[in-house]
Amino acid sequence: MAMIQSLLAQGFQMMLVLAVAPLVIGIIRKVKARLSRRIGPSIFQPYRDLIRLARKDTVVAHNASWLFLVAPYIVFAAIWVAAALVPTYALGLIFSWSADIIVIVGLLALARFFLALAGLDVGTAFGGIGTSREMMISSLAEPAMLMIVFTLSLLAQSTQLSSIAHYMMTADVGLRVSCGLALLGLVMVTIAENGRVPVDNPATHLELTMVHEAMILEYSGRHLALIELAAALKLTLYLSMLTCVFLPWGIALNGAKLPVLGLGVLIYLIKITVASAVLAAFEVTVAKMRVFRVVDFLNFALMLGLLATLLLFVSRSI
Amino acid sequence: MIASYHPTLSEYLAHNPGVEGHGPWPRVHLVTDTWLALISRLPLSRWDLLAEWADGDKVMAAIRDDSDGAVAVLSLTTQDGRFPSLSHGWPSASRLERTIADLSGLTADSLGDTRPWLDHGTWPVQHPLGAATAHKPGALPLPYAFLPVDSEGTHQIPVGPVHAGIIEPGHFRFTCFGEAVVRLEDRLGYTHKGTETLMAGADLERAARLAGRISGDSTVAYALAFARAVEAATGTVIPPRAHWVRAVMAEMERIANHFGDIGAICNDVAFSLMHAHCGWLRERVLQAAAACFGHRLMMDRVVPGGVSCDLDDAGTQRLRDLVRQLRPRFEELVTLYDSTPSLQSRMLTAGVVQPEWVRQWGTGGFVGRATGRSFDARRSPGYEPYSQLDFTVPVRNEGDVNARVMIRIDEVHQSLSLIERLLQAMPPGPIHTAIVSADAPNSGNRHGEGVALVEGFRGDVFVSVRLNANGTIARCHLRDPSWFQWPLLMAAIKDCVVADFPLCNKSFNCSYSGPDL
Repeated sequence: MAMIQSLLAQGFQMMLVLAVAPLVIGIIRKVKARLSRRIGPSIFQPYRDLIRLARKDTVVAHNASWLFLVAPYIVFAAIWVAAALVPTYALGLIFSWSADIIVIVGLLALARFFLALAGLDVGTAFGGIGTSREMMISSLAEPAMLMIVFTLSLLAQSTQLSSIAHYMMTADVGLRVSCGLALLGLVMVTIAENGRVPVDNPATHLELTMVHEAMILEYSGRHLALIELAAALKLTLYLSMLTCVFLPWGIALNGAKLPVLGLGVLIYLIKITVASAVLAAFEVTVAKMRVFRVVDFLNFALMLGLLATLLLFVSRSI
Repeated sequence: MIASYHPTLSEYLAHNPGVEGHGPWPRVHLVTDTWLALISRLPLSRWDLLAEWADGDKVMAAIRDDSDGAVAVLSLTTQDGRFPSLSHGWPSASRLERTIADLSGLTADSLGDTRPWLDHGTWPVQHPLGAATAHKPGALPLPYAFLPVDSEGTHQIPVGPVHAGIIEPGHFRFTCFGEAVVRLEDRLGYTHKGTETLMAGADLERAARLAGRISGDSTVAYALAFARAVEAATGTVIPPRAHWVRAVMAEMERIANHFGDIGAICNDVAFSLMHAHCGWLRERVLQAAAACFGHRLMMDRVVPGGVSCDLDDAGTQRLRDLVRQLRPRFEELVTLYDSTPSLQSRMLTAGVVQPEWVRQWGTGGFVGRATGRSFDARRSPGYEPYSQLDFTVPVRNEGDVNARVMIRIDEVHQSLSLIERLLQAMPPGPIHTAIVSADAPNSGNRHGEGVALVEGFRGDVFVSVRLNANGTIARCHLRDPSWFQWPLLMAAIKDCVVADFPLCNKSFNCSYSGPDL
């Protein structure tokens, strides 16, 4: 019985992130529209878009290989699993032992690897441009991400997100400079990894400036729906990670009763909405940076991660 | 006389009698020798090519002397359909001469680039303005020979003519080394509408409608240039009020387009806030235009002989309120533009145009004025009512995207105050006078040739008209400012990164429909 309950709790988390992901995109678009004096589409528009895409036929280039066809499924599966491992409303779920940040980073890398291969597969110029830019960005974002992970795991003595979040909730964290640096670094990585302004513009129609959009330009129909959903899931994953590590309050603890879990879900939804709105507000106030300035941007994130780790060592040795 | 003295255009042509019935500036008919002598003089002169086109078996060139603003039209009767190319003195003549070859079948000798330009091989006839011979049935469009690039490690990116956004069609062929652009070549002609062929034989009303549809965003400028050319050809003097109403419309069009451009440039670097607000401002102008003139873009409101609708008191008040409303809002946006570092970091030093290119190509509009060339057709050669108004032509020297935005901002300020002054001092009276054709009884009107140079929002629009005795159009040529702006965009993007192209492109905002005719 306990086994079934814990499986249900984990299953609920999987469904929760899947259900919330398009909403995150919808909220960001809505807030951006409102901030620029437009009414904007409903926050549920991304769901309708996904349904519309899923119903449509897929058009595949004649020279596409099997890789092009399987990539959307692999990308979606890898990112969904990763997103479902990050604690959202409750800690200590049954699979939380595998919710290791390094595993999550690995799953995301796997998805990116296949998406990059698919971008190159058809051999169009835009797929190539998008892939090369994406790989440039990710090769810089990944080390930054890992440095931040090290900071957090040094603090919590664990690489499991669940344990880190639990540690962050206890009083002995205090106010640490390292945490602040890691938070800023993680926000920057989130922006870069999800192709948000100022690194990439998800709303652009300009083929030559696209990064993520250029890579998936050849996809259509249900393939595109899967990739779009995967992108939304990835953003949800990062926002969940930011909130569970740095704003862990309200997450239900191990073995909590149903009302507490319900409260956890509610608090999670509020947190994710606020995070989306903040991201949207930030995006409205900046212009996209030049392609090669992204290097400086991510190097800065890497330096923050490095500094955070170093500070931890220094403070410990005293 | 010192050796470095070069005569002005008027001095140079002083001994040649002008052709009868050409206005407002002289047309001088040259023979091959004097045409060649002129070409040899070009590298030393400050004369700019305004337009080059063919009329029957004659090739015509409109020239403007940048030192004193004098304009003259030169013509040459071609020998067996050939004429000496002007492209060695003016690189800008190259595409114009390729177009002459496509439309009229006259070929320029020693023209370096003889690839077809407008004719993609898909028209029903060849040389529609010349022999108009049928294309061979079933002939397929020829592949276009893009300029070759011989180097290791470069790759090509073909973009367009179908784009991801809703813009006009044009093909861009990038040759890149990684992200750096080694060469960019454009291919246009996808929106060729055959306007000049349709013009031949059309009556004035229909021709004015056609002229207003060359490039929809510049419909007032084109209609104005066409109307002025017809009035010059017939010697018609229009009522003063018509000039002033025309100027109000022209400035409204300029403001609306500049608002649109400023917003769109910022949107290309994902700064959507500016785009939304500029869109709102543009919409206010268009709504006011619809209320005052009955059409948002003021299409067909400028007609030969005057204007087709008057500005009543309510309209005057509405425009005054509009200016009062726009000013503070626009000021806020300019402050926002100036104080957003992320925006400035994209705009500054991007897509730099060199001053010598602008001089060589005789580029007008904000592209020229952002690179130190202060040419504005409203000022020189100038026309009514601007010759009675005091205004400065904003000029900057940086030549980058930011300079082109700042020129637009200055011009919006300028135009807002121009509209106020135009409304203030607008003379009363009629708004239209009939154009009487030459064969009407005791008309006194000439049937002749007329040219006009008008400042649209992009730059100087040139129109040349030759009328038949019954008042219909014999030949009409319309030259868009973008003819001399596109090639500079291609040059400015060299050595930039590919991802900066959309931004530079938007800062030029060249017309596709205008040069495609």
